[in-house]
Amino acid sequence: MFQVRIHGRGGQGVVTAAELLSVAAFREGRHAQAFPSFGSERTGAPVVAFCRIDTRPIRLREPILAPDALIIQDPTLLHQVDVFGGLEPQGYILINTTRSFEELGLGEFVATFRTERICTVHATELALKHVGRPVPNAALLGGFAAVTSQISLESVNAAIREKFPRKVADANVAAATQAFAHVAQQLQETARAQAG
Amino acid sequence: MLKQVEGSAAVAEAVALCRPQVICAYPISPQTHIVEGLGKRVSDGTLSPCEFINVESEFAAMSVAIGASAAGARAYTATASQGLLFMAEAVFNAAGLGLPIVMTVANRAIGAPINIWNDHTDALSQRDCGWIQLFAEDNQEALDLHIQAFRLGEELSLPVMVCMDGFILTHAYERVDMPTQEQVDAFLPPYEPRQVLDPASPVSIGAMVGPEAFMEVRYLAHAKQRQALELIPAWASEFKRVFGRESGGLTHTYRLEDAETVVVALGSVLGTIKDTVDEMRDQGIRIGVLGITCFRPWPAAAVRSALVNARRVVVLEKSLAVGVGGIVSNNVAASYPGSPDHVHTVIAGLGGRSITRASLRRVFDAAAEERLEPVTFLDLDQSLVDRVLAREREHRRSGPIAEGILRDLGVVAAKIG
Repeated sequence: MFQVRIHGRGGQGVVTAAELLSVAAFREGRHAQAFPSFGSERTGAPVVAFCRIDTRPIRLREPILAPDALIIQDPTLLHQVDVFGGLEPQGYILINTTRSFEELGLGEFVATFRTERICTVHATELALKHVGRPVPNAALLGGFAAVTSQISLESVNAAIREKFPRKVADANVAAATQAFAHVAQQLQETARAQAG
Repeated sequence: MLKQVEGSAAVAEAVALCRPQVICAYPISPQTHIVEGLGKRVSDGTLSPCEFINVESEFAAMSVAIGASAAGARAYTATASQGLLFMAEAVFNAAGLGLPIVMTVANRAIGAPINIWNDHTDALSQRDCGWIQLFAEDNQEALDLHIQAFRLGEELSLPVMVCMDGFILTHAYERVDMPTQEQVDAFLPPYEPRQVLDPASPVSIGAMVGPEAFMEVRYLAHAKQRQALELIPAWASEFKRVFGRESGGLTHTYRLEDAETVVVALGSVLGTIKDTVDEMRDQGIRIGVLGITCFRPWPAAAVRSALVNARRVVVLEKSLAVGVGGIVSNNVAASYPGSPDHVHTVIAGLGGRSITRASLRRVFDAAAEERLEPVTFLDLDQSLVDRVLAREREHRRSGPIAEGILRDLGVVAAKIG
């Protein structure tokens, strides 16, 4: 089982991100369970959503306390919520930011993590460019596909097309595709830097 | 057809496949997405003929459902929590009149303090109202139970409540196998009422009955519910024949073979319990699970036969009979062939408190080692309770409990579970 926890704020499409991820996994023939953190959602309030992916039916209903991967849609949460709770150093981290882990003050924290499993993507900027609104969820899922290889970009894009009307879907697919390329490139550069 | 959808969407689609003719509902979390899904189908004509009636309250919702059902229509509504309480008088009337309304209860706690999260207090508060009460373990079962509910209710002329855990199921996206219209039509014939308000053949429904016959009318309600105990497994078998999967029935058992400890529960927590039990079985602990799908009527014989070899029983329930302990556990104890001292109550998940494998493991281990208390509150923060009690000892005007306890607790935004 692969468990993903998504942190963001009300209005950023956190719950939709978990839903899309589950649909993408379903399209690949796997079982998936997505659910929100059941709060009274308010715009701007911290929101958590969860997604489990497995080859077997999923019965477990507890919140994801030990995620395999974290998607952080809003870096301002880093100092407000225990976003890294339960994450082991072999886990994946994807943060929506224009800054680096060092600039976010996380250099020391991520030092023990595997460099090919942690990355950042400017998802809000990509969303503004393609969608015209600061909804970073689709772009982050593109980035997630690149860094984890748990699902393909094609499945993410198909899930987006299933959810949204044509125009909105096209814009989000463009954002996800560019984020995928960005993260893939970032990972290549990291690998080269390590090799060299 | 396999689909990855939200639980509420799955239920809305399944209810639509049952061809309801009148839907009336008042929105309340976490039921809202279900009736929104049905409202859309009525407004765009995909569910037709069907009238969606906007009402001003839950009391009106059930009253309209009663009227519609008495006029011969297949009627559906959905509610939760305070909404169910607000309609309570009409809920009893629907059962007393013998009108086969189907209602989803998206289970949620009852205030005060106000709480929108899941537990079973709402449905269990109505356990003696005369409705059949079915509890879904996952979204597949939630949608399947709705299809069975219409069939069962209409056969017996009794209303049926399908209970599904609010948020945990209603807002969860998971895989479901959605039946076809042909399958549902093959299983569920058009509604043929036993009583109907028909101008061509006028009757009145709802007579006053005095001491001379009230007892008999109530006895008939009881007898009908007992009859349901035979029909429910029969419909579940019929359902399997048409749809090709096990769903519904009175109870589900899991790894009961040679189990010394049996955990009894209702609803979606059964999944987490089964995962915990698998882990314990791997370590050689003889533990199994009894899931109650049909809570009313109470399946006493099925419970008794499932527990006949159990040395101890742990009833894990998302409800509390204040001043007593468990509600489900009282029913279980009455059906357990062993000593009621060996039936332990674990109150869990009230107001949406997460029920984790780690916590379940702790209480199941304690049970297996014979150190579990008669009544346990899972993951109770005793220090928080003690602070309130201390305040009440020290000050006469100790203030409102809810506000005080939140102040003691401080910021909770950092919590994930």
